Amino acid sequence: MAAPTVFADAYVVAKRNIIKIKRVPDLLVFTTLSPIMFVLLFAYVFGGAIAVPGGTDPDAYREFLMAGIFAQTAIFGATITGAGLAEDIKKGIIDRFRSLPMAPSAVLSGRTISDVANNVLVLIVMSLTGLLVGWAIHSSPAEAALGYLLLLVFAYAISWIMAWLGMLVPSVEVFNNATFIVIFPLTFVANTFVPLETLPAPLQTFAEWNPVSAVTQASRELFGNIPEGVPTPDAWPLQNPVLYTLIWSAIFIVVFVPLANYQYRRSTSR
Amino acid sequence: MADAITAQGLVKRYKTVTALDGVDLAVPTGSVLGLLGPNGAGKTTIVRILTTLLRPDEGSATVAGVDVLGRPRDVRRRIGLSGQYAAVDEYLTGFENLDMIGRLYHLGAKRSRERARELLASFRLEDAADRPSKTYSGGMRRRLDLAGALVADPPIIFLDEPTTGLDPRGRTEMWEVIQGLVAGGTTLLLTTQYLEEADLLADDIVVIDHGKIIAQGSADQLKTQVGGERLELTVRDPATLLRARDLLEPLGVGKAALDEGRRTLLMPITGGAQVLTEALRVLDDAQIGIDDVGLRRPTLDDVFLSLTGHVSEEEAQQQNGRPPDPPPPAPAPAGRHAAADESSTGGA
Repeated sequence: MAAPTVFADAYVVAKRNIIKIKRVPDLLVFTTLSPIMFVLLFAYVFGGAIAVPGGTDPDAYREFLMAGIFAQTAIFGATITGAGLAEDIKKGIIDRFRSLPMAPSAVLSGRTISDVANNVLVLIVMSLTGLLVGWAIHSSPAEAALGYLLLLVFAYAISWIMAWLGMLVPSVEVFNNATFIVIFPLTFVANTFVPLETLPAPLQTFAEWNPVSAVTQASRELFGNIPEGVPTPDAWPLQNPVLYTLIWSAIFIVVFVPLANYQYRRSTSR
Repeated sequence: MADAITAQGLVKRYKTVTALDGVDLAVPTGSVLGLLGPNGAGKTTIVRILTTLLRPDEGSATVAGVDVLGRPRDVRRRIGLSGQYAAVDEYLTGFENLDMIGRLYHLGAKRSRERARELLASFRLEDAADRPSKTYSGGMRRRLDLAGALVADPPIIFLDEPTTGLDPRGRTEMWEVIQGLVAGGTTLLLTTQYLEEADLLADDIVVIDHGKIIAQGSADQLKTQVGGERLELTVRDPATLLRARDLLEPLGVGKAALDEGRRTLLMPITGGAQVLTEALRVLDDAQIGIDDVGLRRPTLDDVFLSLTGHVSEEEAQQQNGRPPDPPPPAPAPAGRHAAADESSTGGA
């Protein structure tokens, strides 16, 4: 099948998903409400008790916090891909797509593309929330743009894992619970909300190599949220956070795009 | 190619269940095949295989002369599928649903929009065209789903239980739509658990149970398998039921079955109205009062029961207190007596 068909079909599927974001704003509201809640909880409840390198006042923690929130939001945003597919399978919409002479890969690429759009919206809302609690971008516009781009790339890669998972599990509920169990440790055992140095040794090593830490570190650097004089941790992933994030994103894509496509071809509604 | 759909030796196994156990089909171009069977008989599995959604473990199939397993994409260009669960996107409007499907059939933007409007008009969904389909009634959603199967005007259409779950009015409306379709020369494969639906819509009926074809033929041929007419009557006073049987049995051609709870008697006869008149005279002479009497031609219900030895899904649902289905299209003078059927012939 010619490549233009794949793109045209993916566009049609993506458009359909974006219409859904528009028609069911609740979905967007709830995907942004929980990170907003996290911002408020950490900024005003836990934040006071957490000392971050380079400052003790609450503003320093809020500067520190937002990159972690962005990373967490990107991952949670990616779960929409899986939940959406699980729902489409259940409702027979995937059956309909599979009975049409469209490019089979277009259903998944359309889905993951529209979820990038969703993530853009969520990142905008989160950035505005950050500004309200005292976070700011201190870097050049180019660096900041790169920071957002990196978050979107990472979220895009994760959404392929979620696509695969979403078609593997029997229902949306199972999907949500399963991802919750994985995502929470992954986003908390990292430098997202606390400085790495405070973790006990084995966890600290895990956290250093956790790609979530690298995304967070990269965002902090690219948004200019690391105070002058604060040293970068010695671990290689955190010394090269952008590269490390891109490596993981590439691995996710190389592994999970074929897996998800395989699962799509054999997925059934019953 | 005379046959629009063929299948040879389809077998599909799941972990512990054999869903299909060697199914052969041949559907001549322009005809309607009704695939009839209870829930779990394997009807949907057949449709899923023929529409390329599922690969069989054994066997082969062609649709429009194209090998289903070898060239699925070419099959998809020539078919329309409307599923058991209306696969319309409830967040999209009716128009957006059909437009999207047109695009994915690669009709082009302009043609997709035109076709969507045409179909919405012919399915009486014009007024609701720009409302999210979430707001539609069950019948409207089914019509939209069926319209989705027709977007590319495919020569072959698969309808998987098009009326399951619809209220009587929705079902009648759906039947009209499908009859219109058939009049236009489309080849149709229809699955149903409603015997009257197969009777009304299908040229040929394939009865399937536990993954196997157990009978095949036109509705009339299947009915002939079960035999002639039955006399059915309900006495007023349950105490007179046994005496009524003794008086009437000489008029029939077999034993009469009784249902004391419902005060009914069911007896095979030949001779039709003459026997009925005679029966009424005999009972009148004996001063046995009756509430209801009628001649019944065998329905597909009887066919199904005699073939499978168990009650059809439809009847089971009726016995569970579901509201009765709309009257069958074929004249059935004494109405429907599903529950009585089971008790009278079920053990035979």
